[in-house]
Amino acid sequence: MTDTSNFTTRSIQIAFIAIMVGIWYFVTKTGSISPLFLPPLDSVWATFVRLVQTNAFWSSVRLTLWTIAQAWVIAVVLGIVVGYFVTRSKFLTEVFEPVIASTFAIPLTLLFPLFILMFGIGPASKVAYAATYGFFPVALNTIAGLSSVDERYLRSARSMGASSLDTFRHVLFPAAFPVILTGLRVSFFISFASVLGGETLSSAAGIGKNIALAAELMEPARMYAWIVFVICITVTLNFVVSAIENRRREY
Amino acid sequence: MSAPASDRPTAIAVRNVTQRFGDKNSPGMVLALDNISLDVKRGEFVCLLGPSGCGKSTLLNIVGGLFDATEGTVTVAGHEVKGPSPRDISFIFQESTLYPWYTIRENFDVSFKFQKVAKSEWAGRTKDALAQVGMSKFIDHYPTQLSVGMRQRVNLARGIALGTDIILMDEPFAALDEQTRMVLGEDLSELLAKTGKTIVFVTHSLAEAVFLSDRIFVMTARPGRIKSIMEVGEPHPRSPDFMLTPKFSQLRNDLYAMLRDEVRAAIAIERGEPASAGAAA
Repeated sequence: MTDTSNFTTRSIQIAFIAIMVGIWYFVTKTGSISPLFLPPLDSVWATFVRLVQTNAFWSSVRLTLWTIAQAWVIAVVLGIVVGYFVTRSKFLTEVFEPVIASTFAIPLTLLFPLFILMFGIGPASKVAYAATYGFFPVALNTIAGLSSVDERYLRSARSMGASSLDTFRHVLFPAAFPVILTGLRVSFFISFASVLGGETLSSAAGIGKNIALAAELMEPARMYAWIVFVICITVTLNFVVSAIENRRREY
Repeated sequence: MSAPASDRPTAIAVRNVTQRFGDKNSPGMVLALDNISLDVKRGEFVCLLGPSGCGKSTLLNIVGGLFDATEGTVTVAGHEVKGPSPRDISFIFQESTLYPWYTIRENFDVSFKFQKVAKSEWAGRTKDALAQVGMSKFIDHYPTQLSVGMRQRVNLARGIALGTDIILMDEPFAALDEQTRMVLGEDLSELLAKTGKTIVFVTHSLAEAVFLSDRIFVMTARPGRIKSIMEVGEPHPRSPDFMLTPKFSQLRNDLYAMLRDEVRAAIAIERGEPASAGAAA
């Protein structure tokens, strides 16, 4: 990508955000939308500024981010291990790949009450739920990545006498890495959404809980302050993940 | 190359190799190679030529120990081949077997690591081999930064750097355009004349076979058998002028005549027609 086209895309993206904010400003200013559904920008901002000065805000944020991190790490480790062993034979791949793929197609949200029953309303139920959901894209992409490694790479490694550990380290893993990375990324955002969703549905604390509470208490400005904060985190994390991906994909 | 091929010791001995895919009595069984025997002398450049699907790559993989033959034996350097023997045999595949996630240097290093070459030799061997193919400048490039022809030069260099007496080449130039292919062929002829390695080369190209080989084994359509053996009898290194001689044209035409029926038979097999159409009876 050239610098100019990069500059153009960035400008359009920033303009898009500016327009969204502009629309928000005008529809609330003119009173064409009830402040209960969408409070004015300045009141959301004022609430947000007050919110970030409280300890309760930061302890909620810490709790939620920690929950997401735990869930994601569990999902990644389990997904890669399961993906690796499933691809050790064509037979296992044929048996288990469709099973994992179709389980992933079930809306696992249906099972959320079960997680609450098993793990309580504390963070543990959110970790278990989000790890379960986040496991699937990692496992599926690991299977897809490892089983689509070009046969010629493997044959060439074998002809040079590579051991199976060497083959995994220097051939299988690097060849599958771009596909696995996509799984890690999808899994991360699924874990993120699952933790927040879980907290909104049933929880004692965390960002999701605060959003649900603000809505119940009819405090739209506070609710939007939280939502805007979550959007900011998401955008930042997305940038970080893309930057890592681009660096790894240079070859 | 002075001594006539017949006086040199045998480097590779293939005895009664048969390869079947699928169960012997099942209707889906494919007989890929049927009772093949051949000898390759040390320092000889031999081509396996035949229509698609005749099993020439299968035979090469059996010689290199990547496949086990259903029946028969292959002996290399006095030992029966039971699996890959990276000390004696290296393969050169198409250029796309360079790992795109490593630089050229790292590709060589990983190959040496696989082959268990002492680490102290890695840098020197890489440097020498790249210099021989004129690619020293590109040691820190990634394969995708090079043209297909340059990549294949690097790939040849890697095969040479592995330092085995025998090199098996599986259609190494198949992805190259005609002109690059000719130039690489000339370079290969020159390189090999210097090193005196034993080469078995699989190709589709008649001109390539005549230009490079000491002997050409022409194979039949499936099931693969040796139909005939052609002696080229032209010393290495060969200059591109060899291609302009009447001898070259004559050999090429003879090869084409031998191969034509087999190619038709192979096409008939692909279409699922009775294999008898033009196959060697």
